[in-house]
Amino acid sequence: MRAFLGFVRKETLHLLRDRQTLAILLLFPVVQVLVFGFAVRTDVRDIAIAIVDPTPDVATQELRERIAASDRFHVAEVRPSVQDLDLQFRRGAIRQALVLPTDVERRLGRGDSLPVQLLTDGSDPNTGGIMQGYATAIVERWYRETAPSGGALRIEPQVRMRYNPTLESAHLFVPGLIAFVLTIVSALMTAISIAREKETGTMEMLLVSPIRPRAIVIGKVIPYIVLGFTSVLLVLLAARGVFGVPLRGSIVLLLAECGLYIVTALALGVMISTKAPNQRTAMIAALAGLMLPTLLLSGFIFPLDSLPTVLQWLSYVVPARWFLTIVRGIMLKGAGLATLWQETLILVGMTMFLLANGSRGLAIRLG
Amino acid sequence: MSEHAIDARELTRRFGSFTAVDRITFHVEPGEVFGFLGANGAGKTTAIRMLIGVLAPTSGSATVAGFDIRTQAEQVRRRIGYMSQKFSLYEDLTVQENITLYGGIYGVSDKDIVTRTGEILTRIGLEHAGKALVREIPLGWKQQLAFCVALLHRPAVVFLDEPTGGVDPITRRKFWELIYETGAAGTSVLVTTHYLDEAEYCRRISIMVDGAVAAMGTPAEVRKAMGAETLDEVFLKLTRPGSGAAA
Repeated sequence: MRAFLGFVRKETLHLLRDRQTLAILLLFPVVQVLVFGFAVRTDVRDIAIAIVDPTPDVATQELRERIAASDRFHVAEVRPSVQDLDLQFRRGAIRQALVLPTDVERRLGRGDSLPVQLLTDGSDPNTGGIMQGYATAIVERWYRETAPSGGALRIEPQVRMRYNPTLESAHLFVPGLIAFVLTIVSALMTAISIAREKETGTMEMLLVSPIRPRAIVIGKVIPYIVLGFTSVLLVLLAARGVFGVPLRGSIVLLLAECGLYIVTALALGVMISTKAPNQRTAMIAALAGLMLPTLLLSGFIFPLDSLPTVLQWLSYVVPARWFLTIVRGIMLKGAGLATLWQETLILVGMTMFLLANGSRGLAIRLG
Repeated sequence: MSEHAIDARELTRRFGSFTAVDRITFHVEPGEVFGFLGANGAGKTTAIRMLIGVLAPTSGSATVAGFDIRTQAEQVRRRIGYMSQKFSLYEDLTVQENITLYGGIYGVSDKDIVTRTGEILTRIGLEHAGKALVREIPLGWKQQLAFCVALLHRPAVVFLDEPTGGVDPITRRKFWELIYETGAAGTSVLVTTHYLDEAEYCRRISIMVDGAVAAMGTPAEVRKAMGAETLDEVFLKLTRPGSGAAA
């Protein structure tokens, strides 16, 4: 036990002495939250829109004002014809154009149909779709309220988004970010730290000593468990403080699940390090083998439903996928273990499998 | 039980079809300084790795400090010290922290760690560097420190795999003095080296060629048996039979 505690102490000292790495590890979660929160937003604001209004009148004036008043849009220009509109799109001066017909007010008065054209820059299909939605909503509302009611019964769906009523992207990415940060801190750092000892020769000294391989692994990961928890708390604090991301479920359950995922990630790191001969290989293996699936196959950035079937199958073996479902469930829906037990069980199973594999890898000692 | 510190019989290790160590048989007496010589790739390191219990032999057997390396690896580990080719202390820990760590791992009591730390630092002249990070002290001292750390738990046998690689002649000299002192104190030392002048310091040597022991005995016996003036000559004759005769 004394040998083990000494070992944990030594591992902690490694971590504390390497100031640069430690600083990066502690800043990383916070910076990620800010980057994702401010830069990688899927909700769109400040769309430059051009309005083509060949015959301005009171009705079109009203529409223009409504668009200008929305914080989603700013009216880049009002022009009489569609001439050069294409050029404006290509220059990037505008991302949307609303083309109105002539004599809008008279058509409305007569109850004629109103052919309105909405052009959207579709080079990014996701934001394009979102911009289309915003503009359509404003135009439809204006039409309903300006046109004299035709007497026909209209069905107006009242759409409300549950769990994330304002469709804030921050709410969606924070759970993913927790998975991402934990993968980096836990898996990558353990893999590197074990591979480093192999590289410098100190691992050989340890394997020749009476300390058991299991004790080496556990002693090595304990400081990283603490660091992992610190990262989770930092992400949660930053997300709450800066973006007001809610935590609707139990924080105890959330931290327990995070603890489980930290062990999963550490087991992955140990497994990588038993195979990798040096730090560089360990790092590349961890980055390519863990970070990319965590980013791409977990539902963090791309919705799983939009992936090709093969990749959807592949996502079932990515632990982050299950963890993400759990964290989103707890944070956004306030779900408890009663709804999340399946995902939790899958994660426990994966972790046990990885731990068994990893400790066997080390039991073989040095080949 | 064997009263030899190391007793290897027909020890063999194959990697696929390649035989790295080919039925080597030798023993080392308590307190003996035994030199393990051979060209690169002759099988010295593989042999040591089997004896320290990180590599299983394909066939043959060996006891170290009286315990079987196959069945009693735990007991063997407690009774040996090891210093690898690679430098094996933690560069980002202080001298004192390294000593405490290894002392703890080998179950040396806190009291003994304190007294032995003092002894070690005095012995190699590092009294004032206890709180210095290992990366900050010169290579020669690091090697001596690594050796002393390997002796911290008073092992019966200590294995040194090319301990003097890249070290200046004066430090090498000092290092060999440490080795002698260790042998005189009753700890057997098995040391591999490329430096044939160092081999002359050993009580007995064995020269490995292609995984097998090609010559063994005191340096004088080996020279005589090979009809050579120096160990250099012996070495060339054994490793390059054609050109060795002309040398």
